[in-house]
Amino acid sequence: MAHIVVDPVTRIEGHLRVEAEVDGGVVKEAWSSSTMFRGVELILRGRDPRDAWAFAQRICGVCTTVHAIASIRAVEKAIGAVPPPNARILRNLIMAAQAVHDHVVHFYHLHALDWVDIVSALDADPAKTSSLAQSISDWPLSSTNYFSGVRTRIKAFIERGQLGIFANAYWGHPAYRLPPEANLMAVAHYLEALDFQRRFIKIHALLGGKNPHPQSFLVGGMATPVDPDSQSALNMDTITALDALVADGMAFVSRVYLPDVLAIASYYKDWASIGTGIGNYMAYGDYPEDDSENPQLFFPTGVIHNRNLANIETVDHAKITEQIAHSWYDYSVGDDKGLNPYKGETSPHYTGPKPPFERLDVAQKYSWLKSPRYDDAAMEVGPLARMLVAYSTGRPTRVKVLVDKVLKTLGVGPEALFSTLGRIAARAIETQVLVESMDRWVRDLAENMARREYRIQDNSKWDPASWPRDCLGAGFHEAPRGALGHWVHISNGSIANYQCVVPSTWNAGPRDASGHPGPYEAALVGTPVAKPEQPLEILRTVHSFDPCMACGVHVVDATKRELARVRVM
Amino acid sequence: MRVHGLREELEHQGISRRDFLAFCASMAAVLGLPASAGPAIAAAVENEQKPILIWLEFQDCAGNTESLLRAGHPTVADLILDSISLSYHETLMAAAGSQAEQALTQAVRDNAGKYIALIEGSIPSDADGAYCMIGGKSALQIAREICGGAAATIAVGTCASFGGIPAARPNPTGALSVADAVPGVKNLINMSACPANAENITALIVYYLTLKRWPPLDQYRRPLFAYGKSIHDNCERRAHFDAGQYVDAWGDEAHRHGHCLYKMGCKGPATSQNCPVVRWNEGTNWPIGCGHPCIGCAEPNFWDTMTPFYQRLPNVAGFDVGSWVDPVGLGLTGLVAAAAVAHGVGEIVRHRIGSKASSEDGSEAE
Repeated sequence: MAHIVVDPVTRIEGHLRVEAEVDGGVVKEAWSSSTMFRGVELILRGRDPRDAWAFAQRICGVCTTVHAIASIRAVEKAIGAVPPPNARILRNLIMAAQAVHDHVVHFYHLHALDWVDIVSALDADPAKTSSLAQSISDWPLSSTNYFSGVRTRIKAFIERGQLGIFANAYWGHPAYRLPPEANLMAVAHYLEALDFQRRFIKIHALLGGKNPHPQSFLVGGMATPVDPDSQSALNMDTITALDALVADGMAFVSRVYLPDVLAIASYYKDWASIGTGIGNYMAYGDYPEDDSENPQLFFPTGVIHNRNLANIETVDHAKITEQIAHSWYDYSVGDDKGLNPYKGETSPHYTGPKPPFERLDVAQKYSWLKSPRYDDAAMEVGPLARMLVAYSTGRPTRVKVLVDKVLKTLGVGPEALFSTLGRIAARAIETQVLVESMDRWVRDLAENMARREYRIQDNSKWDPASWPRDCLGAGFHEAPRGALGHWVHISNGSIANYQCVVPSTWNAGPRDASGHPGPYEAALVGTPVAKPEQPLEILRTVHSFDPCMACGVHVVDATKRELARVRVM
Repeated sequence: MRVHGLREELEHQGISRRDFLAFCASMAAVLGLPASAGPAIAAAVENEQKPILIWLEFQDCAGNTESLLRAGHPTVADLILDSISLSYHETLMAAAGSQAEQALTQAVRDNAGKYIALIEGSIPSDADGAYCMIGGKSALQIAREICGGAAATIAVGTCASFGGIPAARPNPTGALSVADAVPGVKNLINMSACPANAENITALIVYYLTLKRWPPLDQYRRPLFAYGKSIHDNCERRAHFDAGQYVDAWGDEAHRHGHCLYKMGCKGPATSQNCPVVRWNEGTNWPIGCGHPCIGCAEPNFWDTMTPFYQRLPNVAGFDVGSWVDPVGLGLTGLVAAAAVAHGVGEIVRHRIGSKASSEDGSEAE
């Protein structure tokens, strides 16, 4: 029995530590620990609720829009503001651009190197690479000369001897299975994706002024004026620029990303039965398609228990609780209880070993993440949960079509979705479906301009004097990594309490009071580990969730404010 | 191992001499140098060995890392990533766990006193450092060790520069800036903003490679080439401020026609950064350009001093004078406004002044 510690888990957002017991080349037990905490929720207390989105947005700079969206939705719900149609469309575009960008960066820059051996790419035959590339896609950058140039570039880089971010990695590890040509193609696309992401996210600059941290959100709407007759507003220039960027996105996703996922997956089909995990999935649903109080959502809501796709439950937000039995917090009601976010508490209390340390005591508290539960059950959230709910409910129809196509191409059944590979495929399918929808939302924006519908903001609720004295609101969003919720209590115009329950908290949280593991911990069990000193396979399953740890550790509605207890300086 | 010149590597990468010179000319513009400086930059960049950069993330959101990925000129930003050796960067590096730690240890050992440390995120000092731990060590331990052996330290973003959001009231974790967490840190440069603009990070590195020194800094140790003027002074909507043309409500006619956002809470008059000039995402846009006020994100303690974000700054002289001033007096009003604004920076935003960082000449990093 070997005890493995992976800390830092790299190619993620934030700080994650994984400890695992490996026996007979297989993970027997695993523990997921988040090792950073800031306290954004406590910092939000007492502030103007109209400012909250900017604070909450800084929970994460990777999924840089998601907390802003959840925040304005929560505050709008509390004060009764109703954003006009343009604001809904602009938000849908910003959210979808975020998801498409995020998923592409995740696959190529955060995840691909778990499957792609860069050094092996040097042995590739450029002509054979060209044949391979042309057999899976009509993407034009696929000539022998092109791949020869990429190989030369990589060779020069490696020969120079300063490997930088590629140093000391797992090159040559027996778990790498792609032929050199597939490796070379993937490396070429790693570099192309670096260019693509920078171009595509200009959508956020057009609609939000900048990225990361776009700055056009308002409680009640958006700050970007719409007026085709002004050069200082979203106009026809914007529409044509969006058209070009969305077309670029469509091309890259459908002709590079999705084909690459299928090509790489075909060499790793055993990973369609590894990394299953807890088998419960939850999606809040998102992308409102109309402006009614309960709008039709493009991605539907639903809960799946025990991989049973025949029975999709509706989400009841009242059933959400957070537990802290293995988290570095105290609850006034007892550490073995769960609390709904409206009554949430976050009193940080570190009881782990004093750094520097070698091992965490996982029998005790061992993470800055809480353990969210739905009806006392752990839930996996994210693209796989969303695609499973969409697949089972049959809408949007594109999801069903694409999932079936992917399963058929790989020659596997729907059960293959419940896996490490399933998460990767679901993310790519979702990207394709979203980038297709963006075109429709751009058209909707243009049509509003045509009918002189320029409203962007519900100004009737801008003045805090127009708000109820005391009000509660919750805002939900399907972030790239999954179901996100913010809960706010506003009293006399300022924030009395703020709680976030975040996708990576759902997925990466520690064991709960009953000892049941979180989704990462469960998914790691059974993962093969060929060389415990180089735990590449552990990274594969953890990365398939796309960890975002700064998001996961939110914190703090400290009812007990013993925070400055141990000041060093 | 063969050591290639940068020019040779460029050719390997299929980047033409012409593209490269175009990049150098645009860098000269960002740095505020005459266009004739382009060839000098080219010569300097080509002759350098790849400098070692070590990028550490502490109490961060990775926003500055993401910003770096958006850097500049399509082909050559890629080159800049290649022409420096990014020896450690948790979000981007292939290795994890002990392999990552080994990469860090080796880079620091082999390049002691020569590498450049870049820090993203604040550094918590409470709970014995348990609010941020990597590989079982506290951020405070790591920062002191790595910054202590660096030729220079660049604090990337407002959290590392000034504490940022974790240090906002009530600062639950005792979050510190690099200057406060690593007393005596050598050659500290603060590239504040939330996040720092990629073009400015790139420009700083090229400045160092080209001129063989670090740039002159302002009172908060920020390079003058990026933070030497206020947003207000360079704002494309400044004429509307001077003319008394203000947005009064979101989406009103003034808002649709790009009038001044001062009354909606714009912090441009109290914020120093080059956003109006360099803009964001390869010059695509910037926050005021899309109709939202500046929130002052490059300034120390802006989460406390610039909030509520939608409340207008008090005492910005020149406000509302344009509506009655006659054409002859306009120029004078502008001057008075500029002077008052410069004064206002110190008056309105009462940040902590001075830093605990040292440098060889006391005013500039070296």
